[in-house]
Parts: sequence; structure tokens; C-alpha cells
Amino acid sequence: MSAVPDRVHATLRVNGEDQQVSFAPYKTLLEVLREDLNLTGTKHGCELGECGACAVLVDGEPLLSCLELAVQCEGRDIQTIEGLAKGTELHPLQAAFADHGGSQCGYCTSGMVMTAKALLDKEPAPSRERIREALAGNLCRCTGYQQIWESVESAAKALREGKR
Amino acid sequence: MNAPAKPREKTRFDTIGKPRRRVDGRAKAIGQTRFADDLVLPRMLHAKLLRSPHPHAIVESIDVSRAQAQRGVHLVLTGAEFPVPYGIMPVSQDEHPLARERVRYVGDPVAAVIAVDEQMATEALQLIDVKYRKLPTVASPEEGLAKPEPRIHDYGERGNIHRNQSYEFGDVEEALARSDHVFEDLFFYEGNTHLPMEQQASLASVEGDGKLLLQSSTQNPHYLHRQLARVLQVPAAHVRVIATPNGGGFGGKCDPGNHEFVVAKAALMLGRPVKICLTREEVFYQHRGRHPVLMKVRTGVSNDGRLTAMHLQTLLDGGAYGSHGPASTFYTGVLTPVTYELPRFKFEACRVFTNKPACGPKRGHGTPQPRFGQEVQLDKIAERLKLDPAEMRLRMVTQPDSLTASWLHVGSTGLAECIRKVVEMSGWKERRGKLGAGRGLGLACSTYMCGAGVSIYWNKMPHSAVQILLDRSGQVTVYCGATEIGQGSDDVLAGLVAESLGIDPGWVRCVTGDTGITPIDLGSYSSRVTIMMGNAALQAAGRLRDTLAAAAAEALDTLPDRVIFSQDRVFAAQDAGKTMSFIEAIALAEAKFGTLAAVGSYAPPKPPGRYKGAGVGPSPAYSFSACVVETEVDEHTGWVTVPKIWIAHDIGRALNPVLARGQVIGGVYMGLGEALMEEQAFRRLPPKLSSALVHRNPSMLDYKSLTSLDMPEVEVALIEYPDPNCPYGAKEVGQGPLLPVMPALANAIHDAVGVRIDEIPITPDKVLRALEKKEKGEAPRVGPESFPSVPYPAPTFVLPPWEGGDGNELKGQEGRKAA
Repeated sequence: MSAVPDRVHATLRVNGEDQQVSFAPYKTLLEVLREDLNLTGTKHGCELGECGACAVLVDGEPLLSCLELAVQCEGRDIQTIEGLAKGTELHPLQAAFADHGGSQCGYCTSGMVMTAKALLDKEPAPSRERIREALAGNLCRCTGYQQIWESVESAAKALREGKR
Repeated sequence: MNAPAKPREKTRFDTIGKPRRRVDGRAKAIGQTRFADDLVLPRMLHAKLLRSPHPHAIVESIDVSRAQAQRGVHLVLTGAEFPVPYGIMPVSQDEHPLARERVRYVGDPVAAVIAVDEQMATEALQLIDVKYRKLPTVASPEEGLAKPEPRIHDYGERGNIHRNQSYEFGDVEEALARSDHVFEDLFFYEGNTHLPMEQQASLASVEGDGKLLLQSSTQNPHYLHRQLARVLQVPAAHVRVIATPNGGGFGGKCDPGNHEFVVAKAALMLGRPVKICLTREEVFYQHRGRHPVLMKVRTGVSNDGRLTAMHLQTLLDGGAYGSHGPASTFYTGVLTPVTYELPRFKFEACRVFTNKPACGPKRGHGTPQPRFGQEVQLDKIAERLKLDPAEMRLRMVTQPDSLTASWLHVGSTGLAECIRKVVEMSGWKERRGKLGAGRGLGLACSTYMCGAGVSIYWNKMPHSAVQILLDRSGQVTVYCGATEIGQGSDDVLAGLVAESLGIDPGWVRCVTGDTGITPIDLGSYSSRVTIMMGNAALQAAGRLRDTLAAAAAEALDTLPDRVIFSQDRVFAAQDAGKTMSFIEAIALAEAKFGTLAAVGSYAPPKPPGRYKGAGVGPSPAYSFSACVVETEVDEHTGWVTVPKIWIAHDIGRALNPVLARGQVIGGVYMGLGEALMEEQAFRRLPPKLSSALVHRNPSMLDYKSLTSLDMPEVEVALIEYPDPNCPYGAKEVGQGPLLPVMPALANAIHDAVGVRIDEIPITPDKVLRALEKKEKGEAPRVGPESFPSVPYPAPTFVLPPWEGGDGNELKGQEGRKAA
């Protein structure tokens, strides 16, 4: 048996704050976020990289946190749903999802919002087609996606108008 | 019978009908909603289930000693700890939390490990030694009918038949014999599953007072509460179930689950919190989804396209357990006569046990299958009789305040308006037949209940109850056992109470789905919550309003029935200058009458049918939907693209149009997924690999569902004819809009390329096969070719209302002859 340590100690930069955390080395970023940092806003739907519910942003890119080992995320900038609002003021994407039916049961919402944020950070005025494409890896069983597209479009408009 | 609470003066609304952010929207958007697996308690342990690798076997022995001795393991449970069986329906108590003598499908739980963490529990599962003796398996209902032995269960009708029933409303053969045309078609609808984004999870603990608490992703905390008390043999008053917000349900979290009993038992034995979260693969085994149904539909029609009679036969693949099966069996027929005038109706249904995960209720529960058959057959009828499919349907929609041949009371109906609306929106008249090669339009309609007329267990008590507390700080706290599964029940509750009291919904705090605190509501199933909870809420709010009005009238120098509640204020009707704030009114009333609280409750009206079995199908109201689907079919690959869908839904009144529209589009999405790709299918492994019946695709990658890229735009029309039995007229919207999508798609494919796919899902291989048949000059159809001989019983014979019946069964041949 090779010497695999029981636990590793790492500093993870999550939502702009350095977090000292110790965890079993086989744990995924999803597990460390939820179980060791109590950031349960990030969800899991399959833990096999199939549903997109666990998407977070790592260095600005959407990433399925169920497929990434947490130890590989040291020194990288991790953003989760909990870090999106400014105090009690919702991010325009969050406000739009709440207002336009983008969220029904809410279980896919975190992954959807984070994935949409990565899109809008790069493309402030995406077409409907681009939005559909960007969210194609995030499954939703409630909405039929349409009110999600509308939410993203509404948030994009709000962001362009400087509402944040 | 409770009369629904009637709003006194509300004709203009402050809240109802206006788009607004749902009350739980903020928490969901910021990731703060706590789903079951997000909950953590100190000293919490984790459970994992060992599942059978065999589809049918005797459990000869289980040795848990090695697992028990493993580091980190606190407890290993087997069926020996669970002598009492359970089942959601009183007539199907056929499951044990862990198998005792027998396993019945691949995935049937046989043992559980409770350990320090999931990893240790999973490792210890592999140390449990189970000796199985394999038994022959049943893969399909046809096989089950042909092979009565070995029986999967030792109860049921006989052999492997679980339920078998027959009803006849008027002499159907006689009516068919004198019809101008009789159409006979076979259809098959493959099973599919709910696939909620949230996997089932449960956390059991023993509270400080020694009582059991189970927090669980369940749609039906009340039924689970009853079953927990029964299986664990503890008083129900010592059990509390909190339904956590469900990350989607769609019917999949209606049945009590094995895992819920296991963690509850373990928590009681260990005195520590125990949590479980099913893996995605396990969710496919828990299932309880859409029954595969084979159907035979014989329909008599007059030359002008009116129905004369229908004989519907269904054969359900029930899977390994009863689940909601007795109800599912009824539902493959009972709602069929609600859409169109049908003078006579015969309905035979049979559910057979098979060695696969149990089927149960999925959105539409039993009705999408026969509706698919009927609506595709109507398209064939229209084609043969050279009638426009929309016009033909319009001429025979059921009328408001009418009875069906089976004695269901149809109250309000907007079906005709729904049909006219989708015809208009889709450009049906102008575009149909003119879209060019490979493109087509198809239309279909449907209906759904607004709540089942009777409870799952027989009782005369209310189906829903609401309690409201008001206090001088302006708090309006509303308690109800209803369960938020994403559909927006908390928002409906807050919106109705706010409207009734004339306040902003933001004032209202909802406490729901907690059997320890909230008055009983039967659960989030059968599209019952808006209607039943809503009527109970309006009754409670109305009582409080009366109390507030009595107190405020004095101060406003008016009469109590002249007091108006609006915009967070209370006014004298004749003089808007005489006013006070809502909080002032509460303070006056609290001073005058003491602490302010009121309850309201609701039970559906007694159904008109009086024959045995008449309890399934009646509802306080029915919603109606019509849908047009556009398709493009690639004749080289069989690939079906859907550019657009139009749907009109008769909702009575849309309480919050954002949510209503979301439910409609979500229903269309789920229907389209079922129509095109979703299937919970099984295969038998070759003998050298155990011959087991295994799930073909127990993962989200292999179980195909529509992604954001596949989903077409949906144009929604909400048709609003308020229904007098419903709160502010609001009917259901959670299930109905799914139902017309599958037949509309099949009809559109026929319009596009002239082939009939009488089978769901409509996958490219089936389309290609039908196109090849068409090419060869054969009947251009793919679908079932035969219907087995099913030993349906002699029918319960009931005369339709218009043939002099009184809703009772006519016994024996004498009654029949008299007819």
C-alpha cells in the first residue's frame, strides 16, 4: 500500500475568503464544499457529472464540482451560489430566477445560476440560442427551461443597464 | 360536506392573478433552501442499503457478523427487524423495509449498514453474506398471465394478477353493433420515471422529548406518518414527519420508501441521528413511475364523427409491489369519458406483478396512457371520415354541469375554448397540410382531476385543514400539512390568505408539511393542493376576516359586512376616508375577542356514482387542455424535431401567472420527453450472466431526457373560467398540461410523413421502421400487434344517467336485460 494520508490540509479560496480545511484526500470539491465547509447551496443530482446540479465557478469557468478532487482546487478561485449576493442584495441572475419562474423546486437553480453567470461574464448580450447552448449540461425537470432562458435574458439586460 | 369558503366581496383582486415572486423564490435563488440532504445534526450517522442482485429469489440466510465487526459500523439491520409490512394503500400492504424471505426485483433492499460515514457504510455492505436461491422471473404482464407460478406475491386476484376489474356503463356491444364505424386500435406506452433532480434523502433523529422525528423528501408526510407508526409499532403521536422542500417529486416521492423506515428504526435503536441519501442509481430502483400499459381501444363512431361507445382494455405492468397500483389500474380508464360526450363506456383493466421495480404514480397517474391511445385514435377517425380533427373534437366536448356515462360530474369546462385557442395560436387552419415535406401539425386534448374525491385510506374526515394565527405585531402565520415540492404550494397558500385578508403576501409566513405542528393535509398528489388546501385556507381566513370586521366596524362607524380589506388596510365601504391599518384592526380584535386564530377545512363533495368503485375518478373540478405540436421529421434518419408547441390550459383562474405558466411549460416538457425518449426499460441478461432482469439505463446520462437545447419554445394560453368549487375559481395546473402532448406529437408525425407510431416513446428507429413499411406499401404503422387474452371478470354493469340509471350497479343478467 502506498502511503495515502488519512486527511490532507488545504487552503481553499471560496467566495473570496481563504478557508483552512482538512479532509480525506479522495473527497471531491462538491463533498468538501457541502460537508466540510457547510456550503450546502451547491447540490448533487448524480455525482457522476451527468446533471450539472453541482456546477460552481473555478477561476471563472463553470466546473462540475462532483468530478473535481478538492485537493486540485488549492490556489484557485472558487465561487459558489452563496457568494453571489452582495449582502442581502441579490445578484441580478438570482433576482431574475426568483421573479420569472427560473426556479421551481430550486434544486438545479444553484448550478444553473452559476453556469449562467459564467456565460454573462463573457457575453453580456447572449442570444437565446447561446443561452440554451451554455445551459445544455444543466438538467432541470421542473421548468421546461423556458423560464430559465427568460430569467437569464432578463438578468443580462439588468446587468447591461448597470443594475449591479 | 363542507361548502367551499366563498369570498364575500372579492371581484377585484390585489394579489390574485398578478405575476409576482413566489414566497420561497428568494431562498431558492441564493441556495438557502434546506433540502433533506442539506441537513446535518450533531453525532449524525449515515446509512446505506444492500440491494438484491437477483430479480426474484428466496433469501435463505444473511450473515452480518463480518459487517457488524467492521470499524466505524454502528448497526446492521435486516428484515428480521421489520416484521410489519407496509404499502401506501390499505389493500396493498406488501412491502417490508428490508426483505424478509424474498427479493422481487434487482435493487430490492435486503440489509442496511449504519456507520460513521457513507464510505464506511458502503464498504461494510460488501461484508454482508446473503445466500439466495434464485426463482424463475416474470419480465412482462404477458409472461405473468402465461405463468401463474411461481407467484411473486401470495395475494392478489390469482397467479401473478394483482388487480383485475371490469366496468360497463350501458350495453357497449349493442351500441358498437349499430355504429356507422367501429375503430379498433392497439397502443403501447412504455414505462418511464420521474427523475427528480433531488435524490430521495431522509434524516431521522430522536428529539429531546424522546419522540421520533423524520425529516424527509416526501410528497406525503401524512401517509408516511401513519405508515411509520404502523411499521415501527409506536404510537402515531410519538412520530413527527417533516417534509423538507422536495427537489422535484412528480409522484416519485409519494410512496413511503424503504430507506425512510430504515433510518427511523436505526435512530430509535441507536439514539443518534441517522441520515441516508439514495444514489442516482438507487432512485431508478425506488422508481414508482409510469406503468407500461398495453391498450386495446374499440370505438364506435357515427358518420358525422360523434362517439357512440367505447370499449377500453388495459394491461398494466405493475412491477414487483403494489404501490398505488389499485388506484393506477382504475386511472387507466376512469377519466377517459370526461373530455368528450360518450354515450356508453366499457373499461377493463388488469395489473400484473413482474420482477422489476414497482410502478406507481407519475404526473398524470395512469391517464397519459389511455389518453394517448384515445387521442391518436380520434386522429385516425378524423382522417377516415375526412373531418378536421379540431372541428370534430369541438363538436363533442362534454358540457358544463353534466354527467359522464360513468357518473362523473363535470362542472366547469373550458375545453372548447382551449381548442379554439390553440387552433388560432398555431395557425392550424392556415398552416396544416401546407408546411411542406416532412413537416406537420398535430392536435390533442385532455383533462385532469383537481384532487381525488376520496382519501387513500377510507375516512370521513377533511382532506385538508389550515390554521391561521394573527397577532398584534401583524404576523400572519399559516399552518398546513401541504407539501412544497417545487410546484408552489406555499405561494398558493400565502397568496390566497393574503388576498382574503387584503394584505401583501409578504406578511404571511407559511409553516407547512410538518405532522407535528400543522393540521393534516393529505399530500401533494392528484393535483389536489390548490383546490383542497386553498378552500380550507379561504375558510380559515374568512373566519378571521369576520372577527376583524366585527372589531373594526365599531371604530369605523360602519357595519361588519361593510368592512373592506385591501392594500394592508381596512376600510369602510361607503367612505374610504374611514380607515385603519391591518395591524390596528388586529389590535382592536385581539382586545375585543382575545387571541386570534381560526381553522378551516375542506372535504370534496360526495360523488354522484353509487356503484362499488365509483370513488375513483370523481373530483371537485376538472381542468382541460388542448395542445398543438409542430414537427419536422427527417425521412433519412427518423429523427423528429419539434420547433414549437402551443398549449391552452383551462385553469379556472391563475393565482400567480408566473407559476401557472411555469407549471404548464414544465408539464409540456415532461410530456415531450416521454413522447420522444424517456423509458424505464429492462432486459434479461444472458444465462451465463445470471439471467437477471436489469434496468437498461439507471443513470442520468443513459436515461434520456430533454436538455435546454432540445426543448422547443412553448406558447401558453391560460383559459380562465373560474370554477365555483375552487378557491377564487382556481383549478389544477400541475398535471393536466402534460397529458395532450404525447398524442399531439404522434398526430403531428402522421401529418408530417404519413406514418402512425402507436407506441410511446416515439424514437427514430420506430419512425424509420414505419417509413420503410410505407415505402414497401405495407401498413405504415409501428405499434403493438396483438393483445393477449386477459381473464377480465364479468363487468360491474351500471346504466348511464340518460338511460334511466340511478348510479347503482344493476346486478346480474336480469338487470342487464332490463337495460
